[in-house]
Amino acid sequence: MKLLYLFTLVGCLFMFTDSIAIDTPVEFENQADKQRYNKLIEELRCLVCQNQSLADSHAGLAQDLRNEVFRMVVAGDSNKEIIEYLITRYGDFVLYRPPVKNTTYLLWFGPFLMLIIALVIIVRVIRVRASDLTIEDEEEGHDLS
Amino acid sequence: MNRYLLPLALFAVLVLFLAIGLGIDPKRVPSPLIDKPLPAFNLPKLKTPDYNIKSTDFYGEVVLLNVWASWCVSCRAEHPLFVELAKSNNGPSIYGINYKDKRTDAIEWLKYFGNPYQASAFDQHGLTGIDLGVYGVPETYIIDRSGIIRYKHIGPVTQDALNKKIMPLIKKLKASNI
Repeated sequence: MKLLYLFTLVGCLFMFTDSIAIDTPVEFENQADKQRYNKLIEELRCLVCQNQSLADSHAGLAQDLRNEVFRMVVAGDSNKEIIEYLITRYGDFVLYRPPVKNTTYLLWFGPFLMLIIALVIIVRVIRVRASDLTIEDEEEGHDLS
Repeated sequence: MNRYLLPLALFAVLVLFLAIGLGIDPKRVPSPLIDKPLPAFNLPKLKTPDYNIKSTDFYGEVVLLNVWASWCVSCRAEHPLFVELAKSNNGPSIYGINYKDKRTDAIEWLKYFGNPYQASAFDQHGLTGIDLGVYGVPETYIIDRSGIIRYKHIGPVTQDALNKKIMPLIKKLKASNI
């Protein structure tokens, strides 16, 4: 009986993961358009539920924006044009990958800056310790002689 | 003593950044449309669908444009403020965009809660909403006489926001010649 209960629970889990996949009823004439559409909606953020992409979100706005992306893909607009369309309305926030520009330099290059600082500190610490050791060695040497 | 100073300073910087981070509401996405012209639209009026309302109709007026819907619960919280504001003499011209709503529901809603809008545009499919960068109703825009968006308030307008931000801005825009 307990086992049955457990199986039902586990079954329920799978039911939920299944419902996460969104099936938008979209029909494409060619495979290239379909791939382009799928890639775009993966890379664009839903503004209502901010940790989901347009592809994942159930929000009404996400559906509307998916429709817009679909319309533009079929109309032959380039990826750049479609992304531009959304940025002029919603800002860089719609992008999961923010563009490299003045305000995002720190975001993009900050980690490398931190790495360089860390390396400099490590090198300095090692050098100081190494010179401490040689002095001690020399002192010990003096004692011996 | 000195050797603790640097880590302490770094820790202070960290705390400062975290404190700033806590103060920012990630739900409020800054609009790229601030200081840009109001996107063009041409929509049927809510009550009289035979007549249209266009973005250019606002020229020459300082406008408070409120995006609302009858299904939007937090719209009810801010609505009395607009009803009150519509009565005042030195307020803005108040217009609405009825977003993804049913026409009959929206008209009923205005009958029940009061209608502060000179007119509401009926944006049935939310396409004008997308052009305006609407992502959560209610949203409120302040537009100057030359049709430039000066301010956007996301979420229900509070008395506090009205007193401290919106009304001073409207006063300033009305006083300026532009």
